[in-house]
Amino acid sequence: MPGMKVHEYQARQLLAEAGVPVPASRVVETAEAATAAYNDIRGRVVVKAQVFAGGRGKAGFVKLCSDAAEVRAAADFMLRNRMVSPQTGPQGIAVKKLLIASAVDIAKEYYAAVVVDRGRRRPVVMVSREGGVEIEVVAKEKPEAIVKHWLHPHLGLLEFQLAQLVAALGITAKEQVAAARKVIRGLVDVFYKYDCSLAEINPLVCTASGEVMAIDAKMNFDDNAVFRHKRLQEMFDPSEENPMELRAKEHNLSYIALEGNIGCLVNGAGLAMSTMDIIKLHGGEPANFLDVGGSVTAEGAVEAFRIILSDHKVKGVLVNIFGGIAKCDTIAEALIAAAREIGFKVPVVVRLEGTNVERARTMLKEAAIEQLITAGDLTDAAKKVCAKVA
Amino acid sequence: MSILVDRETRVICQGITGKAGAFHTAGCLDYGTNLVGGVSPGKGGTKSEHGLPVFNTCHEAVAATDADATMIFVPAAFAADAAMEAADAGCALIVLITEGIPTLDMVRLREYLDDKGTLLVGPNCPGIITPGECKIGIMPGYIHQPAEDGRKAVGIISRSGTLTYEAVWQCTSRGLAQSTCVGIGGDPVKGLNFIELLELFEQDETTDAIVLIGEIGGSDEEEAAEHIRQNVTKPVVAFIAGRTAPPGKRMGHAGAIISGGEGTADSKVRALREAGVVVADSPAEIGESVAELL
Repeated sequence: MPGMKVHEYQARQLLAEAGVPVPASRVVETAEAATAAYNDIRGRVVVKAQVFAGGRGKAGFVKLCSDAAEVRAAADFMLRNRMVSPQTGPQGIAVKKLLIASAVDIAKEYYAAVVVDRGRRRPVVMVSREGGVEIEVVAKEKPEAIVKHWLHPHLGLLEFQLAQLVAALGITAKEQVAAARKVIRGLVDVFYKYDCSLAEINPLVCTASGEVMAIDAKMNFDDNAVFRHKRLQEMFDPSEENPMELRAKEHNLSYIALEGNIGCLVNGAGLAMSTMDIIKLHGGEPANFLDVGGSVTAEGAVEAFRIILSDHKVKGVLVNIFGGIAKCDTIAEALIAAAREIGFKVPVVVRLEGTNVERARTMLKEAAIEQLITAGDLTDAAKKVCAKVA
Repeated sequence: MSILVDRETRVICQGITGKAGAFHTAGCLDYGTNLVGGVSPGKGGTKSEHGLPVFNTCHEAVAATDADATMIFVPAAFAADAAMEAADAGCALIVLITEGIPTLDMVRLREYLDDKGTLLVGPNCPGIITPGECKIGIMPGYIHQPAEDGRKAVGIISRSGTLTYEAVWQCTSRGLAQSTCVGIGGDPVKGLNFIELLELFEQDETTDAIVLIGEIGGSDEEEAAEHIRQNVTKPVVAFIAGRTAPPGKRMGHAGAIISGGEGTADSKVRALREAGVVVADSPAEIGESVAELL
């Protein structure tokens, strides 16, 4: 469910289209364009690097500017330097797009979000008068400061809920109430329209001149639903994704790179996690999480081997398959093809059970692959691979 | 005895002419499931490759076959609608195998089914099996041991597919039978959950012990622990997958607020142990832990 992200400027765009007031802004890719954008907006502006990684402020990639020269300098700095923050790793990331947004005088900050509550099996709208700070901290220290209304699965946001949410923010002036209603209604609309798993405005502000608007927004989308949103597919930015993880995704493999030296190829997320658990239990360190999924083809599984073996940390591989939808003979076929194509330079411990296991065992026996070691059960497999890399 | 399904259960398959649907229908028939027909829009009036009657709609299928359960292999984009059709046609139990269904579709589906009193297993799950009697799903049948000859039997509830097979296989290898095994699936919004199934197994005469397989994320295991502490008298063995998984790859910020900061393996293991549940440290020790208790 966590899923795809979009940049701040794109989230603002989606909110603005749904009727949520946002400060005037422009997206630029050069320092010249930044200056031109400033000349349109005027006054005080914020220049913000458009990257997914957090820690922008501390890294100097969010800057308040009061004239064109300052904007130009800030834009120049952000586009020329890689941003390094605790979330980016020491190599940092390149910044390609900047948001130039009108800076507003904030009188009061609020929080508003919609998220799926898995326990109650429905979306919940949360608002708080404690905006602009980390909501996790508010939830922990002052849970009563977050007001929640759960949305009926078929009816969505009801009028009385909207009224109570706005009242919970302590907003009473007539024009501001109308604006706050538009904000919350718009946020809920965006959440449904694009199958969000999270739609968050933090902070939602009331300006010194009494305007209610969204200053910063964050949206995550349900990966399972992206197929039905062309708009989101167009917004997808792979530049900050791990290239191996992307390559795996293209082949319907779920892969997460880790730090250890034992490559894992497993079917099913639960079994894949447990395989990592048992490797650690026997003193080893997994190099990756890899779930080939249920509908894996031999081709997909060969790609999985290519991905695992292209990681030079890998000193041994554990293949753990309990066939259900995935068939053991498909994996055996992939093992044979991978051995022929890539060659196994490190030991590959194989543990197969389930659908078509007998045929798979015969295939592997006949192929007599070098470096391939068969294991009886999970403990046996974990012990063997840990011993091989030790 | 068993829970939810047995040799009397009359099953149809939605998506019977698709690749996965046809393959697993064959598997279920081989196992002895009372599969009575299938649904595939536009192919009504024909026979499936297994010789079963194919219908255009669930309503026609139920009217003709008296089916009371359905197994769904319809693609994710249409799966929730297929499940609602089955419920409207009168199927009392829906086993939704399909993976990748949008969460908001599941939100709407659950409400629709709850309104009708229809039970749902899944989605994104291996299905349900009462060994020796009825298999509705994609699990390999041969790893299961029917509850007979006075063997001790366990009921299994699992969020994970393949890890369930692992647990079943370990039990069978140690001479333990299974009353019923239910793969509830790992999606955030799903059908039957730990608590409902714990209640059913607690009441089921054949079930001597219960195995609960959870994983990181959400707070279902913590809630199950509380339910066990108060209501379950039978011995329970649990395993939580993902104890060594790196954090931060799963939940968005606001999601963690809803679950009250729960969701880690440690939180789940602690809650279960405090409720008197035996929690296996290794996924290879699930069967052994049950055998020791019985």
